[in-house]
Amino acid sequence: MQPQAPKRPLFERLLPYMQIAPLALLLCFFLLIPLVMIVTVSFWNYNGFQVVPDIVLFNYTEMLGSATIWRTLFSTILFTLTTLAVTAALGFAIAYHIAFYVRTPLMRTVLFMACTIPFLTSNIIRMISWVPFLGRQGLINSMLMDIGLIDQPLDFLLYSRFAICLVYVYLFTLFMVTPLYNAMSRIDRSVIEAAIDAGATPVQIMFWVVLPLCKTGFAIGAVFVITVVMGDFVTVRIMGGGHSATTGYLILNQISLLQYPAACANAVMLLVVVMSAIGGLLRGVDIRKAL
Amino acid sequence: MPTKDVELIGLTKRFGDSVAVKAIDLQIYEASYCCLLGPSGCGKSTTLRMIAGHEEVSEGDILVKGRQVTWQQPSKRGTAMMFQNYGLFPHLNVEENVAFSLRMQGVGKAERSRRARELIELVEMQAYLHRRPHELSGGQQQRVALARALSTEPSILLLDEPLSALDPFLRIRMREELKRFQRELGITFIHVTHSQDEALALGDQVVVMQDGEIRQSGTAREVYDTPSNEFVARFIGGHNILKTETGTVSVRADHMDLHVGGLPSEAGARARLGQVVALEYQGSRIRVTVSENPDQDEARHVVELSDRSFYAAPANPGDAVGISWSAADEHLLAPTHA
Repeated sequence: MQPQAPKRPLFERLLPYMQIAPLALLLCFFLLIPLVMIVTVSFWNYNGFQVVPDIVLFNYTEMLGSATIWRTLFSTILFTLTTLAVTAALGFAIAYHIAFYVRTPLMRTVLFMACTIPFLTSNIIRMISWVPFLGRQGLINSMLMDIGLIDQPLDFLLYSRFAICLVYVYLFTLFMVTPLYNAMSRIDRSVIEAAIDAGATPVQIMFWVVLPLCKTGFAIGAVFVITVVMGDFVTVRIMGGGHSATTGYLILNQISLLQYPAACANAVMLLVVVMSAIGGLLRGVDIRKAL
Repeated sequence: MPTKDVELIGLTKRFGDSVAVKAIDLQIYEASYCCLLGPSGCGKSTTLRMIAGHEEVSEGDILVKGRQVTWQQPSKRGTAMMFQNYGLFPHLNVEENVAFSLRMQGVGKAERSRRARELIELVEMQAYLHRRPHELSGGQQQRVALARALSTEPSILLLDEPLSALDPFLRIRMREELKRFQRELGITFIHVTHSQDEALALGDQVVVMQDGEIRQSGTAREVYDTPSNEFVARFIGGHNILKTETGTVSVRADHMDLHVGGLPSEAGARARLGQVVALEYQGSRIRVTVSENPDQDEARHVVELSDRSFYAAPANPGDAVGISWSAADEHLLAPTHA
């Protein structure tokens, strides 16, 4: 028989649990419990006056049978895809410039600050500051009319899907720039020089070397953008002028009508869609390499 | 007279106020193996990178096969570079890495694959066609890097410390292979290294650099037997620097004699008295360090003896001994510039 290892003191055995306790508690209170509550309430019943604890599938059957819900979800996904495409292209261009064309570290810091400082002000202020630009009598319309390019103000500029996408791009491009810049700065200088040696033109280097090596950067940026755009309701409300709806906006409406169970069912659906999008993304790209 | 593959004329590189390479002149002959040797920061890598076209030249000219290439693009110079950490494309497999330059030129898929496979066979990596760089060992990555560098059919291959990332055993094997490739391909290799052994083993021509200047350039034997100044003698190793009436001389450690129990009368002025401060057994030879004065570093001398001659009259640390050398083994050094 093997001699038994002496039992370690209680404190030592508890130590690892104590070390993970703060994070575990944080996740439990602010993620797990709210999630369980949302799922639970999504099965409850309600009428015009109150929410009744129960187990009914009505919220789900009504949601899945409603054309409005599907249309809204489709529109939300369309917003997300548009924003993803534009922020990825813009983010790549900005990160590429900072990583490969800006030589001095000081200038790099300055450019990054220029990208970051606007984030110190409120989202809503930054959204609303677009209004004087885009409105019927806004800067853009009056300028275009003054130089005689148009006779009538362009209506699509404000309170439209265009305005919503524009603000999404404005708000969230930084989420792409940062991980892409990180991915680019990890590219070994000699890899680029090897490509130059092989006779690749700058454009070829960008498409054949830099772009494929930014895969993880795109994936991380996409996780941020998908999460914030899919869950957004403020931008849609302020920039959409009531003409557009997204699932987040719909949930907000249901909450203001005290239809909590229906709102919860919608939230569960949104969660499933976002989780599967991100899950699918991460199956294809191993982002741990970039961490 | 053999033709020159590479010629550097007054080549200078300045970074801001500091000068990394100071107006060097160098000729490298056709199909030769040239080693740029020097301590870190001596400008050898910068020189190589200027020849490759990855570093802008501040002043001077670079000729490749008699053609002025100083301001030409790297890929138009007839040179190819093998990078210190190989610089393989991490997202491409072995075949795609080697075929990269052909792909950039727009060579068709079948032709590309055929030529890439030829080069991969040359470096004996055909079993790893579809592996990514991170799935290969250091030595294997090096072979791929070599095949990739050769894919542009260069007349000059530039190697930046190619063996420094390998373990000592593999380093010696790859060293032999590099030399074999150079002979078989019949092209010029310019190899940057800080290892004297490597430079002596490989170089038809060894160029010793210090502080951005060339201190000596010659065959490996010339550099080892007749170092031109104190720096070269010290850096190349295996030499004793001795101050004599005629000036500073160098004597190879293995050309020194050790006398246990006093100097013979015929030794004359070419002898020193001292104490054995260290003994190193190195298998085939014994390294004896003798110090005239324990407080002075310059008063330490090294005598290398074959094991037979050492054990015929062994010495122990602490013993008073004499050392001597003959006039024929003495080599006068030029004063080292500051």
